[in-house]
Amino acid sequence: MTQDNNAVGKPLSRLEGKAKVTGEAAYAGDYQVPNLLYGYVVNSTITKGKIVSIDVSDAKSYNGVIAIFTHENRPDYASLDLKHADMDAPPGKVFKPLQNGDIKFHGQPIALVVATDFETARYASTLVKIKYEEQPFETDLEKNLGRAREPKKGLATALKPPPPKPKGDFEKAYEQSPFKVSTEFIHGTEHHNPIELFATTVVYEGDGKLTIYDKTQGTVNNQVYVANVFGLHYKDVRVLAPYVGGAFGSGLRPQYQLFLCAMAALELKRNVRLTLERKQMFSFSHRPQAHQILKFSADKEGMVTGLSHAAIGETSLYEDNIEIVSSWSNRLYPAENTHFEYKLVPLCLHSPIDMRAPGGSTGMHAIECTMDELAFKLNVDPLEFRLRNYAEMDPESEKPFTSKALRECYIKGAEKFGWHQRNPIPGSMSKGNKLIGYGMASGIWDAYQFPARVEASISSQGKLLISNATTDIGTGTLTVMTQIAADEFGLSIQDVSFVYGDSKQPFSMFQGGSAITASTGVAIVVAAKALKKKLIKKVKALANSPFHVFQDDAIVFRGGKMMVKHEPSVSISLEEIIVANKGRAIKTTNMGKPHLLKLRKYSKATHSAAFVEVEIDRELKTINVTRAVTAVAAGKIINPKTARSQILGSMVWSLSKALREETILDSTLGKYMNPNLAEYHIPVHADVHDFDVVFVEEKDELINELGVKGVGEIGLIAMPAAITNAIFHATGKRIYKLPIHFDELLKDRIA
Amino acid sequence: MPRIQLNVNKRMYELEISPWVSLLDALRDRLNLTGTKKGCDHGQCGACTILCDGKRILSCMTLAIMKNGAEVVTIEGVSEGQKLHPLQQAFIDHDAFQCGYCTPGQICSAIGMLAEGKAKTREEVKDLMSGNLCRCGANIGIIDAIMEIHGGLSHE
Repeated sequence: MTQDNNAVGKPLSRLEGKAKVTGEAAYAGDYQVPNLLYGYVVNSTITKGKIVSIDVSDAKSYNGVIAIFTHENRPDYASLDLKHADMDAPPGKVFKPLQNGDIKFHGQPIALVVATDFETARYASTLVKIKYEEQPFETDLEKNLGRAREPKKGLATALKPPPPKPKGDFEKAYEQSPFKVSTEFIHGTEHHNPIELFATTVVYEGDGKLTIYDKTQGTVNNQVYVANVFGLHYKDVRVLAPYVGGAFGSGLRPQYQLFLCAMAALELKRNVRLTLERKQMFSFSHRPQAHQILKFSADKEGMVTGLSHAAIGETSLYEDNIEIVSSWSNRLYPAENTHFEYKLVPLCLHSPIDMRAPGGSTGMHAIECTMDELAFKLNVDPLEFRLRNYAEMDPESEKPFTSKALRECYIKGAEKFGWHQRNPIPGSMSKGNKLIGYGMASGIWDAYQFPARVEASISSQGKLLISNATTDIGTGTLTVMTQIAADEFGLSIQDVSFVYGDSKQPFSMFQGGSAITASTGVAIVVAAKALKKKLIKKVKALANSPFHVFQDDAIVFRGGKMMVKHEPSVSISLEEIIVANKGRAIKTTNMGKPHLLKLRKYSKATHSAAFVEVEIDRELKTINVTRAVTAVAAGKIINPKTARSQILGSMVWSLSKALREETILDSTLGKYMNPNLAEYHIPVHADVHDFDVVFVEEKDELINELGVKGVGEIGLIAMPAAITNAIFHATGKRIYKLPIHFDELLKDRIA
Repeated sequence: MPRIQLNVNKRMYELEISPWVSLLDALRDRLNLTGTKKGCDHGQCGACTILCDGKRILSCMTLAIMKNGAEVVTIEGVSEGQKLHPLQQAFIDHDAFQCGYCTPGQICSAIGMLAEGKAKTREEVKDLMSGNLCRCGANIGIIDAIMEIHGGLSHE
């Protein structure tokens, strides 16, 4: 059977599925290498100050301990900040492990114990004696709002621009509008907590060469980082991450276990593994605390007249980590009068790092709850209120969208959910002893595309090989890229191999921002087209080639053959082409990049609409999300099975954000109090009920060659607000802080 | 150093092992069976679930020396050669994983849970599987996959 461009759009099961269900899939801490040494990190137990003394003598003399590294005896490394700054480094001075005795945050790595086995390294770490000189510190955003200042600008500002300039006269419009709402939202810290612990296995290859198995979202990012920091040639550092046990943003930047493990391997000239413990997973990245003040107003027709959104986020003392929090309403709802602000407060904490739907999930929760409140004041159905204020053009850029099917998301999502059955009066719907609430919200996320390079080749066996350095953090990248490549060449999936997760392969940015399907996918299309051209040229050059008389565009590739479209008898198999090429593979490397010039005339975004049903116990006020539908418009869906899983996963994250997960910060001690999976709550199987996904496909011929926009984050933008709004609908109570606990709903009764 | 015998995936191993080594680390670091995963080392996530004498246990909460003479099945021993266990196939079919890291624990836990025979309904399966966390949010696929096999069993 010939395959004819039909892999894209099919719900293909993950190609690495068998490896993942049999335990064959090897993650960073799984690689079996000979004579392996094990590291264990000692972390600071104070929040700010200096190490006065660090005594490693007992630990060093413990049987089986090979070495202990501290700021006092560490090998030299690059001193310039620039050498330590990775591709995702925000403006500021990057954190350098073991640089000196200064403590900048609780849990800062201050020593590495290396031993012959894990247990010995862990025990010896308890023998390291440290004396500190403590200094006062601030870690609580709420207590330091007065110190908020503008963020510093840097390279990262290009992807995360500051909020747009004000329009009209917001204060006056707000004053004069008959309907207005003012809200204040508090979001606490969250940690990414992938189930895989951060781990690195470094193989010392001799001559300053390293092969590194690392938990990361960016193989090239970490390759360049290690080379820069330790003064190696970047070609001598190879970073591999074919399997990554979740990351959600935490692997966007090189983490300290990579630094320490590479340092120890180079110094000891040995193979070293370093796996962090769960509590240490709370010491290098998190979603920052945020405080938001919103004021929205509307006229009596229910049209939004004014939007004001001021956000204050948290950052570290050394870097300005920026999120886009307060700009989103300006891209969803046209209003003539606007005012937006985004400020930062530096605190004694590790720098935050983007966590799934960074900024968007924080800002849109506040925006969509405020919209719900305004709709209620207007006595207009929340969905009708969104439709009335629907933006056909991007209100921010005043340009058309490359595509925008948010209206269809609203309609199809509402239909699937049964939104019309909602009685608008809060507390009016019930089932037995349970109050029922329906809530909805809108979602918007950017559609990013990074430049990427892909090598495409026809192997000596006549198979198509595609390679790129990207990872597959569980998103389905391997499967999706294989589908794209198969269709470009008219091959079956079995005849295509995608090589990835390896810094040796052609360039990819880190896997973040829902960008990789567009980035690597487009590069595959470009490289495949170039390879086909090359093959046609080779075949035409052959002696007595029957293709000679045909134009290039009359020649197609199908079922492992090159043939003339209207005369299929004129054909040659890929294998025969290779034989004619004396058995040598034919290859090409090409770059895919966004069409910046063309896209200057357009705005680009993914959209979603979430509908949620909650059941709340009348007496105990326990909250259960019983049903949810998320409708998504994200361009073309390459694989409906893996894409659905991305959205379902984000819906579980939404449930988690709204009702479960929170890192509890003790600002007196300056430390996180629940750094473990028993006290950091995420939804368990028993919490997850009837969730459904609707894809509203957009035919987008402008955005890129594939018409894709990405689905990694859009599912987490709308649903937290939809849950919050459903809780209001069930109980008549507005809660302005996440996660919402049932005791918030009991407060009036206790008082 | 204590010596123990372990039957792992129908193969006998003799190990000289310190008392402080968990069964999880013994499997991973001594026997190179890295399919069993460490997610918390504190019995909070379920990623290290294996079958020991037919029952599902958390290998991180078990010292290797406690299981001298035991019969252990890890994810590497669930399939029969190249032939996948029906639950493994159901996990693939239902897209019951994304990153795949919690998957070995989910599958071993589900096999143990089905053998316990206590869960009759989907809700009961969800309850009895709730010790196995999935951060990717593949919960629905995981329970769908288990229910396919659960249904198969009840019709036998």
